Amino acid sequence: MAQIELAGIDRSFTVGDSRVHALSALSLAIEAGEYVAIMGPSGSGKSTLLNLLGLLDRPDAGHYRLEGRDVTTLSADEQAAVRRSRIGFVFQSFHLVPRLSAAENIALPLTLAGIAPPERERRVARALRDFGLEERARHRPDELSGGQRQRVAIARATIMQPALLLADEPTGNLDRHTGEEVTQLLEALNAAGTTLIVVTHDPAMGRRARRQLMMEDGRLKSDSRRQAGPADESHTAPGSAP
Amino acid sequence: MSPADTLRFAGRAAFAYPLRTALMVLAMAIGVAAVVVLTALGDGARRYVVGEFASLGANLVIVLPGRNETGGVNAGSFITNTPRDLTLADASALLRAPLVSRIAPLSVGNSEIAVGGRLRETMVLGTTSDYIDVRHLALAEGRFLPQESLGHASAVAVIGGTLRRELFGNEAAVGRMIRVGDTRLRVVGVMAASGQGLGFNTDELVIVPVATAQAMFNTNTLFRIMVEVRGRDALVPAQRQMEDILRSRREGELDVTLITQDAVLGTFDRILGALTLAVAGIAAISLAVAGILVMNVMLVAVTQRTGEIGLLKALGATGGDIRRAFLVEAALLSLAGALAGYGLGQLGAWGIRLAYPVLPAWPPDWAVAAGLGTALFTGLLFGVLPARRAARLDPVQALAKR
Repeated sequence: MAQIELAGIDRSFTVGDSRVHALSALSLAIEAGEYVAIMGPSGSGKSTLLNLLGLLDRPDAGHYRLEGRDVTTLSADEQAAVRRSRIGFVFQSFHLVPRLSAAENIALPLTLAGIAPPERERRVARALRDFGLEERARHRPDELSGGQRQRVAIARATIMQPALLLADEPTGNLDRHTGEEVTQLLEALNAAGTTLIVVTHDPAMGRRARRQLMMEDGRLKSDSRRQAGPADESHTAPGSAP
Repeated sequence: MSPADTLRFAGRAAFAYPLRTALMVLAMAIGVAAVVVLTALGDGARRYVVGEFASLGANLVIVLPGRNETGGVNAGSFITNTPRDLTLADASALLRAPLVSRIAPLSVGNSEIAVGGRLRETMVLGTTSDYIDVRHLALAEGRFLPQESLGHASAVAVIGGTLRRELFGNEAAVGRMIRVGDTRLRVVGVMAASGQGLGFNTDELVIVPVATAQAMFNTNTLFRIMVEVRGRDALVPAQRQMEDILRSRREGELDVTLITQDAVLGTFDRILGALTLAVAGIAAISLAVAGILVMNVMLVAVTQRTGEIGLLKALGATGGDIRRAFLVEAALLSLAGALAGYGLGQLGAWGIRLAYPVLPAWPPDWAVAAGLGTALFTGLLFGVLPARRAARLDPVQALAKR
């Protein structure tokens, strides 16, 4: 059983008086521990797909099974609970709370999950150490560099040890060198077993992933695997547009 | 999210925008302070008036000439409309009532008082030796008016403390002669300072025997008769006995008014109590205005922090978590405003007491509780809408905003 199974997903928005199909008849399976890059031109539906995978958005039709459980029918609060425990988000613009220190930002998911303060402190201290942020723990986001901010954001995304890490243009606001560091950090987490799904415009970053999904007009245009492991082989996903 | 964490999170959010928070707290504080100060003023006025009448003593009935008709026009009103005066004979007749223990007829006028070269205008009160006991006053020096028959016009006077100081300075006053109008009187005593009471300031009063005063002002009428009855329970029956006596002395017609301290107190208490409530109500309007301000500020906060709300949702915050965080923030702002306003109001009341020492301007407990309660309630009430709006934000759209 795949970790993520999408079947016949449709999602459309009303823009002005016309309907825009962001996703149509999308089916996709992603195994646990995969490293997937979602690429494609603007408006191809890749962000909508990521939002759906992160349970921030609901499909108009179709089913999304996460770890064998149909999550499309869950209530908003149940979905929040799934996000809290199973899914980590990394955003292009970091989305740190400006008035909270780096340590407090990292602790946010633990706070929301109602984990007791001593346990919280222990886990935040370890995350700060793992991500090389010990010196910056008391600093607020505006006192951190771009790379440090994204490291804080990744630490926050992984503090709950989620099974699935979703990154939306994680290097989009960073220079090439810092972007490279952040990418390596994400890949290290993936190597440790976390499923990593990255939305990116950057072909170089896309090529690093073991599996590339090319989106166009709300459909999968191609689904290719890089020749790296014995199981990898290039193929086109069923149902995707030619 | 645990309640402690919600509180901490909301507190941090409130402190993150100091100017906004300060203005908001100020608005709420002004509302609460208005309630505290205005009710202190209203209740102070009530207590002042009640205190004035309470100094009369509880067993007192005041007889004054004339009848206030509240029953509308009747045949009697066309036959007699000139009230007969109260006389000394009426006063001594009242002593026949078994429940009356003491009387003090009052005759009042203004005159000049002169000692040596010093001259000043003063109020002269003609009464009897019982006055000091009826009014529960005290002497500083000498003795009070002598026990004598009502008609006896002895040439003695008791003066107030202020008069004594102004006329005699450091010299002894008792035994000295003074001139009041055209009458020469001997000072036999000086009243102890008692301050204001029922419009008479005994500190500036010359007290003489009632017959002396009547002779001085060339009249045989009385201003009031103060009657002390034998206990609080005797007030009503004594009043009936006195009415019977006076009616029989006036060909069956009761053209005098008898008032008791209780009646006067009750009336003033009600009027000024209602006044206090009214000003409290007016002040409460400012609290409602402050509540609307809370709502405005919180709506702005929701808009300002849309991206943050989106993030919290992405991190797994439920709608309830977010609603509670914003509601607690509104409550914290209101609470801070209410406490600041309470302090400000007490400061204002203290200022009033400093400026007008006679006015006991203490805010009543119910007003303080109502002011603080209303502030918190309006803060929460007007915080609900913004909090709900925050909780309902679509996470995708919220995250797209920054």
